Amino acid sequence: MSGLSSAPRGSEPVVRRETASQTAGPYVHIGLAPKAAGFDIFENNFGSVLVDAETKGERIRIEGRVFDGIGTVLKDVLIEIWQANADGKYAHRADRQPKKKIDPHFRGWGRACTDFETGVYAFETIKPGAVEGRDGRAMAPHVNAWIVARGINLGLNTRIYFSDEAVANAGDPVLNVIEWETRRQTLVAERQTKKRKDGVAVYRFDIRLQGEAETVFFDV
Amino acid sequence: MRTAAPDAEFLMRDTTSHPPAYTPAYKTSVLRSPRLALISLQQSLSEVTAPVFSADELGPLDHDLIMNYAKDGLPIGERIVVHGFVHDQLGRAVKNALVEVWQCNASGRYRHKKDQYIGALDPNFGGCGRMLTDANGYYAFRTIRPGPYPWRNRVNDWRPAHIHYGVSGDGWVQRLVTQMYFEGDPLIRTCPILGVAPSEEQIRGLIALQDIGAFVQLDSRAYRFDIVLRGHRATLFENHVQKAPAGALQ
Repeated sequence: MSGLSSAPRGSEPVVRRETASQTAGPYVHIGLAPKAAGFDIFENNFGSVLVDAETKGERIRIEGRVFDGIGTVLKDVLIEIWQANADGKYAHRADRQPKKKIDPHFRGWGRACTDFETGVYAFETIKPGAVEGRDGRAMAPHVNAWIVARGINLGLNTRIYFSDEAVANAGDPVLNVIEWETRRQTLVAERQTKKRKDGVAVYRFDIRLQGEAETVFFDV
Repeated sequence: MRTAAPDAEFLMRDTTSHPPAYTPAYKTSVLRSPRLALISLQQSLSEVTAPVFSADELGPLDHDLIMNYAKDGLPIGERIVVHGFVHDQLGRAVKNALVEVWQCNASGRYRHKKDQYIGALDPNFGGCGRMLTDANGYYAFRTIRPGPYPWRNRVNDWRPAHIHYGVSGDGWVQRLVTQMYFEGDPLIRTCPILGVAPSEEQIRGLIALQDIGAFVQLDSRAYRFDIVLRGHRATLFENHVQKAPAGALQ
């Protein structure tokens, strides 16, 4: 039935199977964002604001909506993002890029829910710097995103790139793995011409789970 | 010499361990499942790193679902302990993993503004908790055993009693959400959501077993639920193979 049959009899298989994923369901907010579910239980809540007053880097807002296969705006989606800081460094020991410093005011992780009325999600963060890719070439600045919801059996991984980084995007080793050039555009957040009143640049990133212009999702 | 590329990465995901995206018996998946193939990536720093959480971000009762929302008494229902280990596919403990759990109460009702089920809310039960695994990958929490409840799929579909899990490990690719079920529940056999799991073996992995050795005397039964995340390995040999044609299409 599976690769396990090749394991020595009576011993544990060398490589175990990953626990099967199950949908996060319609009430994912209870566990991951209880205030969105309608109650207050934890003193410290994880949320969609990744910056504090001292975080280095250009302040940006990433916002958008999530659509199903017939264009319905989904209002029960949870999105998490993970990104490098303004220097292009991840706040994790596996990032050994030389000469780049961790910013003590930036973890680089957040989670947001699509609004129950409007379907809009939003993150307040900074624009990440470029991170070196596995072939030594710089990857274009990007934010990693992970999407779960009712009806999604296995969390979806994607990347958010930036429309004002056209040159870097053209050389990005990951975007270039996508054979269909027209699909690469689904990963580019559109910088809005007007900044917000407080000077924050706004990027629009819509996610299409299925159908025309389906967003590129990665097996990582 | 490469200094920036990861010197450790995760085993390629075995997609046969997971349900497919499109599972018509679970109707909501029909319009929410990507139809195009996922694009497979070799991991970069973006995939092998992950947020790090610290104990001081969590409150002292965050992992105690019996007490963390108690207002004027104890929640109604059977008190239970749930515990287990988070390992990776190679059997190593995943330390400091953030484990977040959520569930309905003993009546099958969620504390959520969108849950309309007639089952009663319990004023003393919130239904969520969170904790970090210890150096051995171990986690434990106590809670009230959740009830089963009907849901809109087919008109007589009932969810078996279950607890939702979100686990954040040591790499972005280890992020996992899943659900834990209880040994012996007759609804397990007919559940369209559990039924999307790809094999009997993978379904068994989602069913917690009663763990008599961990019962709290004259207080609670216990259930054991272990979780396996993607395996972490050193990148053997690769540093010596320069400039392989990484992007070549076949």
